Amino acid sequence: MKIHEYQAKQLFKEFNIAVPKGFLADGYDEALKNIKDIGFPCVVKAQVHSGARGKAGGIKLARDISEFETHFNNILGMELKSIQTGDETKIVRKIWVEQGVNIDKELYLAITVNRNTEKIVIIASPSGGMDIEEVAEKSPEKIIKEDIDIIDGITADSLAKINACVGFDISAAVCNLYNLFVQKDCSLVEINPLVITKEAGVIAIDGKINFDDNALYKHSELLELRDLDEENPLEVEASKFNLNYIKLDGTIACMVNGAGLAMATMDLIKLSGKSPANFLDVGGGASKENIENAFRILLSDENVEAILINIFGGILRCDILAKGVKDAAQALDIKIPIIVRLEGTNKEKGAEILSNSGLKFFVAHNLDEISKALGEL
Amino acid sequence: MAIFVNKNSKVIVQGITGSQGAFHTEKCLEYGTQIIGGTSPNKEGQEIFGLRVFNTVGNLVTKLGVVPDVSMIFVPPKFAKNAIIEAADAGVGLVVCITEGIPVLEMMEVKKHLAQKGTRLIGPNCPGIISSEECKIGIMPAHIHKKGPVGIISRSGTLTYEAVYQLTQLGIGQSTCIGIGGDPIIGTNFIDCLKEFEKDPETKVICLVGEIGGDAEEQAAEFIKDNITKPVVSFIAGVSAPKGKRMGHAGAIISGKKGSAQDKIKALQDVGITVCTSPSEIGITISKVISSK
Repeated sequence: MKIHEYQAKQLFKEFNIAVPKGFLADGYDEALKNIKDIGFPCVVKAQVHSGARGKAGGIKLARDISEFETHFNNILGMELKSIQTGDETKIVRKIWVEQGVNIDKELYLAITVNRNTEKIVIIASPSGGMDIEEVAEKSPEKIIKEDIDIIDGITADSLAKINACVGFDISAAVCNLYNLFVQKDCSLVEINPLVITKEAGVIAIDGKINFDDNALYKHSELLELRDLDEENPLEVEASKFNLNYIKLDGTIACMVNGAGLAMATMDLIKLSGKSPANFLDVGGGASKENIENAFRILLSDENVEAILINIFGGILRCDILAKGVKDAAQALDIKIPIIVRLEGTNKEKGAEILSNSGLKFFVAHNLDEISKALGEL
Repeated sequence: MAIFVNKNSKVIVQGITGSQGAFHTEKCLEYGTQIIGGTSPNKEGQEIFGLRVFNTVGNLVTKLGVVPDVSMIFVPPKFAKNAIIEAADAGVGLVVCITEGIPVLEMMEVKKHLAQKGTRLIGPNCPGIISSEECKIGIMPAHIHKKGPVGIISRSGTLTYEAVYQLTQLGIGQSTCIGIGGDPIIGTNFIDCLKEFEKDPETKVICLVGEIGGDAEEQAAEFIKDNITKPVVSFIAGVSAPKGKRMGHAGAIISGKKGSAQDKIKALQDVGITVCTSPSEIGITISKVISSK
């Protein structure tokens, strides 16, 4: 789960990481009331789930009230498209306004999971404020990646190495951020930049936090931070039924059990010269209700021209699955072609149910027959 | 022969009385797996399928007087970390964890603990392991498997079944088939399995089914180059997957410049591994490799 910068900064404060004073607003009148507490210069920041907002025009410095009014009104409601949002645009619904800071030095600090070493890794650099992947590529000597063992925690030796790399003593910020990472089961915390100021010491000017979805059950307080406006509405709908759905921009909807087979099925669609409209893993159960809801979600995508169902039942009985597919297709009055591949126990019975349903199903018995059916659409 | 498990493996089930645990225990028993008992909190003294149920693995070991070779775990995610550790502490050599949804930070603790105890883990979030016609420890459908020369390692569940199915349809059997799991931190990895398949006389060809995310396939390619003499056939799922989206498995996400299917395919091809373009060609490609030998 991702959260906004302003929410990340609230968590930073809870863990004793300093952040500039600021306020959240979703309208100019409200912002005008609060701006006197902040003063000028101030920074007007679009709150969307994406990095690289500055380059996309979503972050502006205002030196006086007229600049503030201009920037605030330009950013609110803008359709932000950054290198991190890909082809999608994000509508700015909320703005975070904060005090400008006298920056002496900009650093980079992040904590994530190192899959290779199976440890937590602290990443720091004296070259903050920049694209860290670019720094890693062009000047790798300016980045330190320090593995931390979850049982042992941060050692004095690790802290000394991090401080030596960035050229400042940021021990407190590192330890506080580490505590946040571990206590809230994060998958990523990133401060870029972490700034050194003359007046106020070490301050987090930006903040990004992703949480481990598998651990959210331990942190009910974090669930309130989810912003459904930032997620695709069909994906939100699917998540209510435990369906793992991701909207894509093709025309062939697919319904598969298992993530690996779902990806392979998308690949098969691509190889057949078509393009997948989604990723959908209906999970191990694939109950009648699941199938019906999955159909409904697939069909609410207007681009869909055909539906491909690829279920490797194994333990699931194909006659039960076929009945679910038939009922859902009838109930929803589906007019577009449906290709069905059923594998598992009772697959002959399943095929019989589909062919006697009076509906137009293309029954495939293996992946080659799926490709053939896709080619004939 | 087979790897990790065979007809002599003594197996227990943690979470044996739960709906998933009970269902799959019965299927494994039907396959011929030697299940000797199970655990379930507060169910000590009960029986299921004629097997005795204990509160803990420790109790089971004391009362049955046997240290099992393998434990298959079906407990819910919030109890999985302790279940794995409990099995390791009782001296179980191999833990197969089917449970999906264990937090990553908990898996770090588990891995450290297992390394100290010398226990091997397969999974979590995996279909399990099967040595054809000897021993099935997991949720894979039994009827598609057949004994033969192909060793299969995969990060996926149903895509593994697909590979097995294609082979069996062509009359080609499998020695051992292992789903290593789709999470960022897992127990046994590709390289661990490759080493065992290289040593196993029954295995003549290795099939490696990978997917986007992380760099396990790249590491496997590097290892195969210097250490594996048997032919390896691979398929990588997710060529069509967009960047930055989590494709079901927590591990299957292309982040930054790493983890794309193209990178993995290139790494494997560079060391001479045959990579299938389409998921429909896994069986036929392996069949060609076998007949050309």
